[in-house]
Amino acid sequence: MTMFSSRNWREYPQRYRLEASKFKKSGKTYFPPRAVDPETGDTEQEKVILPDTGKVITYTVIRTAPSQWTDIAPYALVIAELTDGTRLMAQVVDCDVNEVKIGMEVRIEFRRVQTESHHGVLSYGYKFVPKWY
Amino acid sequence: MRNVCVVGVGMSKWGEVWRKSLRGLFVDAAMEAIKNSGVDRLDSLYVGCMASGPFVSQEHLGALMADYLGIPGLPAMRVESACASGGMAFRAAFIEVAGGISDIVMASGVEKMTDCSGDDATAGLAMAADQEYEVFNGATFPGLYALMATAHMAKYGTTREMLSTIAVKNHKNGAKNPVAQYPFEITVEGVEKSVMVADPLHILDCSPITDGAAAVIVTTEEIAKKLGKPYIKVLGSGVGTDSMQLAQRADMTTIKASTIAAERAFKMAGKTIKDVRFAEVHDCFTIAELMVLESIGLYEKGKAGPAILAGETALDGKFPVNTSGGLKSKGHPVGATGVAQVIEVYKQLTGQAENGRQMPGSPKIGMTQNMGGSGASSVVHIMEVA
Repeated sequence: MTMFSSRNWREYPQRYRLEASKFKKSGKTYFPPRAVDPETGDTEQEKVILPDTGKVITYTVIRTAPSQWTDIAPYALVIAELTDGTRLMAQVVDCDVNEVKIGMEVRIEFRRVQTESHHGVLSYGYKFVPKWY
Repeated sequence: MRNVCVVGVGMSKWGEVWRKSLRGLFVDAAMEAIKNSGVDRLDSLYVGCMASGPFVSQEHLGALMADYLGIPGLPAMRVESACASGGMAFRAAFIEVAGGISDIVMASGVEKMTDCSGDDATAGLAMAADQEYEVFNGATFPGLYALMATAHMAKYGTTREMLSTIAVKNHKNGAKNPVAQYPFEITVEGVEKSVMVADPLHILDCSPITDGAAAVIVTTEEIAKKLGKPYIKVLGSGVGTDSMQLAQRADMTTIKASTIAAERAFKMAGKTIKDVRFAEVHDCFTIAELMVLESIGLYEKGKAGPAILAGETALDGKFPVNTSGGLKSKGHPVGATGVAQVIEVYKQLTGQAENGRQMPGSPKIGMTQNMGGSGASSVVHIMEVA
């Protein structure tokens, strides 16, 4: 899909720095940031940076991959719960896909995520690696 | 609110329909519905369609379809809610008739998915997920449902055999459906030996890519009676939504949007799940059917799997599910699916299901559940024999 650089650039605070919004009333953190807390309707919030470690809560291995990832398929895709309770979907790399399990401890690293096919824009963001790695 | 009925239905053969275009598919189904209902006019038209832009570079479907249906000036509008577009189009028609704005409305759905490459079709379907935080990171639709399947298996001990049984059951029903894309039976072993797409889901856990359209005539009870054709009553309609991102749902093993939609539809109908005899549900993946049956309240959490293994949801079971063959065997032209579900309920309630697919015991009440994406939107309808 066509991914213009402006669209990519707008997501830098989240993808590069893991910026999230923490709401005053509920104390709950949302990633990506949002204007209204769905739990309370609260709009008062502060910017926080997500912790960089967590545990896998569910996983899959994508074997039939979209064109951007056919070169790295099969790849592990997981949802991990970070130490502050927020949840994030990303790939787990630098390990055998068969090692990925529920409960596996992971750490976030800054990685190249895809090369957009039409304009060749390199898109960076976050991926998980095993915590010990 | 006026009583609302479905009086005529139309649906052509689904599959890789190379001879028909997007508009051609629609016109065939729409003309059949008009003919079967006996209506001599339409007051308005809703077209459910998810992704005609990405698939065939065509938007503006309301006007296009009214034009090619040969009804100049007809009020017409497209409705989009990803894979729930058809169900939402039906709801829009229901609202328009119930509210007294129009008397005879067509609810339709259409999708043309094989005029583009498999890669483009997959990318178009992925537009139903969060582009920036799911698809950007490598999520695919089988991948999203696989994440739910893994979580459901870990929490409730759901097994591979339970999922395979759903695919086998739906193909058994679909083998009796003359318009199904894949009208043949498969085996548990066959499912488990088929190619792995996203662990634990194999290709035979997944609904296919399909060209197809479906249309129904929605009208008042007064007009339905006058037409003298078989008709059914729509008792309740409900919609629910949930977090777009799977990661942000408190419980990934249930479809909350479907729970909300079902509660609202049952409340409007003045009925409960115990009053319902059968359902057409959104089995885009086998795990989806299992989770939906728990989400709409038919089974407690974790109890659907064992019930499915025991045959309770088979055609001759106590609560048949997807007698049409479901998305799995009948096909899944995304925008048309929700309308086709209404057609199957219409056929079962009016005793018109073909080839030995008719449920035993003259069912009185049936329901449909249609959902978008990984379950961020869902629409439920409760229908009764007239």
